[in-house]
Amino acid sequence: MKAFRILGRNIRDSFKSVFRNFSLSLASISCITITLIVVAVAIILSINVTNFTKIVEKDVTIVAFLDVDITEEEKEDVYDQIIALDNIEMNNVEFIDKMEISKDMMASSDVFDSIMGEWTREESPIQDTYQIKVTDINLINKTAEEIKDIENVDVVKYGEGMVDQLVSVFDVIRKGTYIVVIALILVTAFLIANTIKITIMSRKREIEIMRLVGASNINIKIPFIFEGLILGMLGAVIPIVITLYGYTALYDHFGGQLFTNFIQLVKPTPFIYYTSLALLLIGMIVGMIGSSRAVKKYLKI
Amino acid sequence: MDLIRIRDVRKTYKTGTTAIYDLDLNIKKGEFVFIIGSTGCGKSTLIKMLYREEKPSSGKILVGGLDVGKIKNRKVYKLRRKIGVVFQNYQLLPNETAYENVAFALEVLGLPKDEIHAKVMKVLDLVGLKNKAKQYPRHLSGGEQQRVAIARAIVNGPKILICDEPTGNLDPKTSMEIMEVLEAINELGTTIIMVTHDISIVKKMKKRVVLLDSGRVVRDYKEGEYK
Repeated sequence: MKAFRILGRNIRDSFKSVFRNFSLSLASISCITITLIVVAVAIILSINVTNFTKIVEKDVTIVAFLDVDITEEEKEDVYDQIIALDNIEMNNVEFIDKMEISKDMMASSDVFDSIMGEWTREESPIQDTYQIKVTDINLINKTAEEIKDIENVDVVKYGEGMVDQLVSVFDVIRKGTYIVVIALILVTAFLIANTIKITIMSRKREIEIMRLVGASNINIKIPFIFEGLILGMLGAVIPIVITLYGYTALYDHFGGQLFTNFIQLVKPTPFIYYTSLALLLIGMIVGMIGSSRAVKKYLKI
Repeated sequence: MDLIRIRDVRKTYKTGTTAIYDLDLNIKKGEFVFIIGSTGCGKSTLIKMLYREEKPSSGKILVGGLDVGKIKNRKVYKLRRKIGVVFQNYQLLPNETAYENVAFALEVLGLPKDEIHAKVMKVLDLVGLKNKAKQYPRHLSGGEQQRVAIARAIVNGPKILICDEPTGNLDPKTSMEIMEVLEAINELGTTIIMVTHDISIVKKMKKRVVLLDSGRVVRDYKEGEYK
C-alpha cells in the first residue's frame, strides 16, 4: 500500500514536472513525435517490403529447357542431377511436357492453335522443361549456373537481373531506414536527457529536502525516469494516430496493392495495432533511456 | 544512555584540509547541546557527519546504534529518518504552502493522507503556526519560515534534531521565540544539537555547550556552566 502511495506520488510529480517545464517538454515531445513518425514509416515500409520480397521469392522459378531430342532416360538423369544440388527443394522440381506447353499456348491464341495444331511431338520445336524452386533466393545465380552445366540442359532462365536487383534495392531501402531511425533515436534520447537535466536543476532544492527527510534514492530518482517515460508516451500519440488511420486510408485508397497486383500491401488489421504498440514501446524506452542517462549523470545523491 | 558516540574522528577533505582532529564526544538521549566556536573551527563539518552529508576519514560515529561511516549511500535514508535537520536559510519550497512544505516530508515516505494531515496539524500547532497553514513562505516572516522548517524537520518524529545556525537570519526577539520552540521540542524527548554563533542565546539557555577550536573540542561545559 505504502509503495503504491509513493508510486502514485511519483507519477503525479512527473506529470506536474512535464507541464511545469512545458516549452522544454514540448521540444522533447516534438522530437519524439518526428522520430516515431519516421520509425512508423520505416516499420510499414520494412514489413511491406519483407512481405513483398517473400511473395517474389516464393514465385521465383528456374526454368531449365531440355534439348529437343532428349530421351526419357536422359530426362530422368537430368532430374536426378537437379535434385542432387544443394539449393533445391525436393518436391519443387516439376517436369512440364512440351505437348502440355503447346496445348496451353494453343488455348491462349488462335494463331498458335492454327500453327501448332499440325505439329507432331517429333516436329515440335518447343522444349520440355523442368520448373525448379530454390530454397535460398540469394544463391539462385549459382544454382542456375550449376543447372546450366548439366548435360542435355539447353537453356536456363529465371528472370536474371530483375530478381537480383529487386532484392538488393529492397535491402538498401531497409538498411537506409534503419540507419535514419537509429540516428533519430539517438538525437531524441539526447534531447530528453537534456530536458530531464534541466528538470533536475530546477528541482534541486526539492531533491535536497527529499534526501534530508529520508526519501530513498530510488524514490528520488523515479519521478525523473517517469518523466522521460511520459514524454516518450506523449510523443507516441500522433505517430500512433497516423499509423492507425493513415495506413488504413492508404490501404483502402490503393485497394490493397501498389501499382500492380504483383505488389500486395500487408492488411491493416492486426498489423497497425502491432505497429502502434511497437511505437508506444519505442517512445517509452527512448524516453526512459534519455532520462536514466540524465539521472545517472546529473542527480548526485 | 548515549544516543551519539563519536570516537577518534578525523575529517580531511579531498583538498587536503583537515576540519576535525581526533574528536571524541558523547551525547545522551534527550540532551540539548550547543556547538560553538569561531568560523572554520569544524562545527558544520561535525554536524554534517552526523547526518552523513560527509563521511569521517577515520574514527567512528554511532548515531542511534548506526555506524554512520559504514552506511552505504543507498542506505543513508534510514539514518535520515531518525534525524531532523534545520538550516539557517530555512530551505522551504517557495511554491508550496506551509502545510504542503511540512506534509512533503511525510508524502515522500508514503504515509496515508489522513495520517499526514493529523501529524502536520499537530506539529504546526506545536510551532505556533496552525493558523498560517495555507500561507506561502513569501507571505511569512523569517521567524515563521524557520518554524515551518522546524515543523518539517520534526514531523516524522526523529530522535535527533540538528540545527545549523537556525537563528542566524533572525532578530534577537524572534531568535528567542525559535529557541522556545526548540526547547518545547526538547522537552518532548527529542535530542537537539545546535550550532550557533549567537553567544547571547547560549548564555540564556543554560544548556550543555561544546566549544570547538581548529577541529578539536577545547571545552565541554555542563548545563549552566557556560557564562
